[in-house]
Amino acid sequence: MQTSLRLSLIALLLFGAMPYFAQTATLTPAQMRAKAKAQNVPEIPYEAVPNFLKLPPNLYLGEGIGVATNSKGHVFVYTRSEDTRLFEFDQKGNYIREIGEGLYGFAFAHAVRVDSEDNIWAVDEGTNMVIKFNPEGRVVMVLGHRPESVFGIPITPGFGAPPPAAEPYTFNRPTDVAWDPSGNIFVSDGYGNSRVVKYDKNGRYIASIGTKGSEQGQFNLPHTMAADAKGNIYVGDRSNARIQVFDDDLKPRAIYDQVGAPWAVCVTPGPHQYLYSSNSNPDNNNSEIMAVTGEVYKMELDGTILGKFGKPGKQAGQFSTIHELDCRSENELMTAEITAWRAQKIILHPKKQGSNGK
Amino acid sequence: MKLTRLACSLFTVALCAQSVPEISFDSAPNLLKLPERTNLGEVPGVATNSKGHIFVYTRTGVPYAAMGGSRTFTHGGSRLFEFDQTGKYVREIGQGVYGFLFAQVVRIDPEDNIWVVDRGSSLVIKFAPDGRVAMLMGRKPEAINVGGGGGRGGEGGGRGRGGPAALPGVGTPGDLFNQPADVAWDSAGNIFVADGYGNARIAKFDKNGVFIKAWGSKGTESGQFDTPDSIATDAPGNVYVADRGNKRIQVFDNDGNFKNQISNVGAPWAICISPGSHQYLYSSNSNEVNNLDNGEIYKLELDGRVAGKFGRAGKVMKEFGSVNEIDCRRANELYVGEIGNWRVQKLSLRQ
Repeated sequence: MQTSLRLSLIALLLFGAMPYFAQTATLTPAQMRAKAKAQNVPEIPYEAVPNFLKLPPNLYLGEGIGVATNSKGHVFVYTRSEDTRLFEFDQKGNYIREIGEGLYGFAFAHAVRVDSEDNIWAVDEGTNMVIKFNPEGRVVMVLGHRPESVFGIPITPGFGAPPPAAEPYTFNRPTDVAWDPSGNIFVSDGYGNSRVVKYDKNGRYIASIGTKGSEQGQFNLPHTMAADAKGNIYVGDRSNARIQVFDDDLKPRAIYDQVGAPWAVCVTPGPHQYLYSSNSNPDNNNSEIMAVTGEVYKMELDGTILGKFGKPGKQAGQFSTIHELDCRSENELMTAEITAWRAQKIILHPKKQGSNGK
Repeated sequence: MKLTRLACSLFTVALCAQSVPEISFDSAPNLLKLPERTNLGEVPGVATNSKGHIFVYTRTGVPYAAMGGSRTFTHGGSRLFEFDQTGKYVREIGQGVYGFLFAQVVRIDPEDNIWVVDRGSSLVIKFAPDGRVAMLMGRKPEAINVGGGGGRGGEGGGRGRGGPAALPGVGTPGDLFNQPADVAWDSAGNIFVADGYGNARIAKFDKNGVFIKAWGSKGTESGQFDTPDSIATDAPGNVYVADRGNKRIQVFDNDGNFKNQISNVGAPWAICISPGSHQYLYSSNSNEVNNLDNGEIYKLELDGRVAGKFGRAGKVMKEFGSVNEIDCRRANELYVGEIGNWRVQKLSLRQ
């Protein structure tokens, strides 16, 4: 009796003190699952640009869900505010305009991406739509269909119940969009379905891969996605804690499972491309898991880990559940963060560290 | 060619539809110039008036339900815009009116009155040319059930609200609609309402809105309907009903007596009849919102002979995304409203 009590007390003490022990071998089972497997990853020095985005009076960001830049360096932020809204800022962070004000397709932001022609694509998880705006900010293509209000509130399947069969042009809480060099469109879909769908540049269905599961080619929340210059697709298979790589025809090629749960991935442009992936701290602010997550990894496209940076936290330069990463510039990233209602500009200083320089 | 003719005479007319001539056409680029902060959503409704002004009834903004004590009150979600004949924005009509919930169609009568059919509020609203409400048909339900979900149209083509009826879809005699779909007029100004997604009937009213009669119920027989989705009249006053679920256009005389049906043009989502001495009937075999199948638009003689077809489902210009209304005030210059592509296209058909 006394022994077991003492053991409980020790367990309690350990649990309570866990943030201090997080970097040691003493991890809870939940922490063991959440912590990235990669060992001895070099830290990349970095800084955050203070107060980068300048919002007009009476305009506020809500949850920082999506962030992307265009070829001029303009910054697009897709946020869950009173309504879901999409804002554009210039390269210095000055506010320019709102895009898609009051749009029928905006209900619950999930990602914004800018393609090679500076079209702006918004992925809305609430309306089940992927919306393409031209650079002027006008809708030029939509994929998916908002459930019709005359049908009432959709019946939510019970927890664990399988979703209805996936259809070529209908999404079930889609998460992200990417394009290959010939303009084919890839949509990760998503929370309800567990697949990646490929369309041609005109929005015509070509193929899809994935069901719910943990085998290769299956997904457990495909949450984020990026393509490289060869058309390979990197899918952040978040709840399976792995990045799955597919070729342009959606054939599985590789799995990178050393970098935790990929909430947000991006691939840099240019002749030498890099892959960034955020093992974000959870959006339920669980301090136990927070203690072993929140860092962003920099990788070669083959999965070789080059370095990592970042810690979870509420202060500038710390990360509060990164939900999207923009890496149009290799060492000037943008983060959108759920639990801090912000987007940060992050400057990496890899040269100081040696092996990560250009 | 001979073989095709032989096939046409020997086999079904539907098979012949495969060999109807293609009509070449163009789509005007950048048709509508919207104000900076205004966006279209789904465009189920488009129509032109005698001056060529373009009226667009769109599902835009955010539809919402507000909680009441024991009911849910629904508001918003659709807007009506007017553009001039060059596509320049003129104005918004009916901003914030009680009945704009889930846009279905807009039609312009010979006196340039603007008629809106709203599927969500089950209303047919007549606006005078100045944009003021001139007559109201139907009543918005005090509470719209948003909790059940799933079933098509809530009542799924059932008995209709407002009282018991002998057959499913018959509705109540009068102008209490159940998700109405379209409106048309004859030369005397009588009003015909296709009603619709909830009921399955055609209701006829005089020009003052006094109920005359209704016909139809849910079914597949002649004079029955499975989603009467679009309606048009010709100069003698015959009534053409797009019986979408039954994949046919049924033709009735002015009193609702069945005359004949046209069944070789797919599922008619949207029909219109051009004016003038030689009238044509257009019908869109639109794609469902979850596929890109079909999508072609047929041009027919009023007797049902197919003169040609054009287009297909898709997302780029000159392709169609669930066309829900066609305006053919000019026989070879059409406007189509697309649910799937959130736009209006102006089409010029080449002869």
